[in-house]
Amino acid sequence: MTQPVIRVVGLGKSYETAAGLFPALRGVDLEIRPGEYIAIMGPSGSGKSTFMNLLGCLDTPSTGDYFLAGENVGQMDKDALAILRNRTLGFVFQGFNLLPRMSLQDNVALPLVYAGTDKEARRSAAREMLDKVGLGQYAESLPSRISGGQQQRVAIARALVNKPQLILADEPTGNLDSHTSEEIMRLFGELNAEGITIVLVTHEPDIAAHCKRQVKFLDGEIVSDHLTGAAA
Amino acid sequence: MLKAMLGEAWLAMGANRLRTALTMLGMVIGVGAVVIMIAIGQGAQYAVQQTISTMGSNLYIVLSGSFTTAGVRSGSAGGPTLNVADAEAIAELDGVANVAPTHQGSRQLVYGSQNWSTSVVGTTPPYLEARAWNIVNGASFGDSDVRSSTRVALIGKTVAQNLFGDEDPVGKTMRIQQNPFTVIGVLGSKGQNLDGRDQDDTVIIPLSTAQRKVFGTPFLGSVRMIMVQADSAESMPKVEAGIESLLRQRHRLREGSPNDFFLRNLSAAAESEAETTRTMSILLGAIASISLLVGGIGIMNIMLVSVTERTREIGIRMAIGARQKDILTQFLLEAVMISFAGCLLGLVLGLAIALGINAFTGMVVVISGSAALVAFAVAAMVGIFFGWYPARKAAQLDPIEALRYQ
Ligand SMILES: Nc1ncnc2c1ncn2[C@@H]1O[C@H](COP(=O)(O)OP(=O)(O)OP(=O)(O)O)[C@@H](O)[C@H]1O
Ligand SMILES: [Mg+2]
Repeated sequence: MTQPVIRVVGLGKSYETAAGLFPALRGVDLEIRPGEYIAIMGPSGSGKSTFMNLLGCLDTPSTGDYFLAGENVGQMDKDALAILRNRTLGFVFQGFNLLPRMSLQDNVALPLVYAGTDKEARRSAAREMLDKVGLGQYAESLPSRISGGQQQRVAIARALVNKPQLILADEPTGNLDSHTSEEIMRLFGELNAEGITIVLVTHEPDIAAHCKRQVKFLDGEIVSDHLTGAAA
Repeated sequence: MLKAMLGEAWLAMGANRLRTALTMLGMVIGVGAVVIMIAIGQGAQYAVQQTISTMGSNLYIVLSGSFTTAGVRSGSAGGPTLNVADAEAIAELDGVANVAPTHQGSRQLVYGSQNWSTSVVGTTPPYLEARAWNIVNGASFGDSDVRSSTRVALIGKTVAQNLFGDEDPVGKTMRIQQNPFTVIGVLGSKGQNLDGRDQDDTVIIPLSTAQRKVFGTPFLGSVRMIMVQADSAESMPKVEAGIESLLRQRHRLREGSPNDFFLRNLSAAAESEAETTRTMSILLGAIASISLLVGGIGIMNIMLVSVTERTREIGIRMAIGARQKDILTQFLLEAVMISFAGCLLGLVLGLAIALGINAFTGMVVVISGSAALVAFAVAAMVGIFFGWYPARKAAQLDPIEALRYQ
C-alpha cells in the first residue's frame, strides 16, 4: 500500500462565537490515497469548508492531527505551512480569487514568484498551464475580461502551476451554470487521470457523480464514505 | 523575486494614482524643504566664510575713545586719543605682524564729468597686507609716499567702474576735495563685508596725505583707528594684552581709570557671526525635517488604508504560498518606492527652487551632493520606518481571516 497523501485523525475545529465555543468539526478521521478523486458533500453548515480549510493549511485545527504527505502539519511553523500551500497543494475557491490588477498569465505565475522561480521559467510554465486549461490566447488579459467559467479555469491553472500532488477545491462550480460546471469537471477528470489527487466540495449530485468517492458530512462528522460508479 | 515584487509594487502604486500622488506630495514637500533649507543654510555659511576670508585673519582694531582733560570727559568727537607713535610702538610688540594707523571718512570723488561718493581710507602700506588685499592693476604706494604725502590713490573695483567706466584708471587723475590724486592701482575685488557693505567701494591713500589734504585734521599725527594683525591665531590673546598695557602706559592712565581706547577683535566677531549662521542653518534644516516627518506619517497612513483594503488580496497570496516575509517585503517595497519617488521629485523641485532663489534674489545657495545623498538616505529610512508597521500588520494577518474579509 502506498502512503496516504492525506491522513487526518480525530480532527476537530471549534469557533468562538458570542454563544460560546461552537464545534464545527467533531473528530473527523479520513485517509486519502494518491490518485483519489473525492467529492465532499453535506448540507450547509455541516463543516465542509471548515474541513477543506484545515486540509489546505489555511487554518489550524483545535484538536486532532493532520498528516500531509506523511508529515505532521500541526508541528510546522508558518513559513513551512506557506511552503506546503505553495508546492504540495493547490487550492481552488468558489469565488475564483484571482488578483484583479494582474494579467491572467501573471496570476497563474504568482505561486512561482513565491517559489523563487526565475522570470523566464515562470513565463513558460504559466503559458503552459493556461494552454492546458484552454486559455492561452487570453494570457495578457485581465480577469475582468473573461467569463466566470474561464476565471475558474485560470484559478485551476494557478493551482496547478507548481505541480502539486493535490488539488483542494471548495465548491469550484458553486458560482457557475451547469454547462460551465461540466467543463470544469471535465478538466478535473483529466487532471485526475494524470494522477493528481483531487478533493472537492459540492452540493450537487451531478457534480459529485464525476468523482470516484463520496464523503458525506453532517454536523461536523462524516456520516457516509463510499465509492461511486465512476470509480470503476 | 525582488524584481517581480518591484513590478508589483509599481502596479499597486499605479492602481490608485491620485492617492499615490498625494502621498508622494508629502514626501516631495518634505524633501524639497530640506533641500532648499540646506542649500540656503550652507549658502549663508559659505557667504560668511567668504566674507571672513576677504576681511583678513587675526585682526584687531584699536579705536580712539574718550579722553579726559581736566576732569571733563569728551567723546571721540573731542579729538582722537591715538597717534601714529602709538601705532609704531604696537608694531614693536611680540606676535604683531602688521600695524596700520588709519583715518577714514566719506568724500566725493570727481573725474571729468563723473562724480562718486565713497569711503576714503588714509593709511600705511601694512594695511593692505593685514587685509590680504592685492592690486590687480598698477601698483601700491610705499612708505616714502606716506612720508612725503604724495597724492596717489588706490581705488576699489566699484569706484573704478563708476568713475572711470571702461577706461583704464591707472595713471588718470581724479579729484578728492579739490586735490588732484593720481590713481596708481586698482584693488582686487572683495565683495560685501559682514554688515553687507561693499568693500570695493573705497579709495585708499597715504595716511599723511589724507590727514593734510582730505580730512584736514587739526591734530596732526593723531589717528582715529589703528588696525593690528597678529601673526597667528595663537598669539592673539598675547597681542591683545600687550596692546592694552602698552597703550595704558603710553597714555599714562592711572590704575583704576578707564581705557581711552577700544580694542575690538574683528576675527572673534566674524567667528561669532559664522557660529550664528551655522546655528541658523541647523535650525532651518531641523524645521524642514519636520515636514519630512509629516510626509512619512502620510505614507504610514496610506499604507495602513491600503493593507486594510487589500486584506483579501493578502489572503489570496498567502493561500498560494506567500510567506510572511514575502508580504512584508511587498508592502515595505511599496512604501519605500513611494518614499523614493517622492524624494526624487522633491530633490528636483528643491534644487529648482534653490536655483530660482539664487537667480532672483542673488542669495548665495550651495548645492552639495552630500545633501542629496542625505535626503535619499532619509527617504529610504522614512519609507522603511513608516512602512514597517503597516507591512508587519499585513504579514501577520491570518490566511483564513484575510480570505474571509469582505
Ligand atoms: N469563522 C467562523 N466563526 C464562527 N463560526 C463559524 C465560522 N466559520 C464557520 N462557522 C460555523 O461553522 C459551521 C460550519 O461552517 P462551514 O463553513 O464549514 O460549513 P459548510 O459545510 O461549508 O457550509 P456551506 O455548504 O454553506 O458552505 C457553520 O455552522 C458556521 O456557522
Ligand atoms: Mg462551505
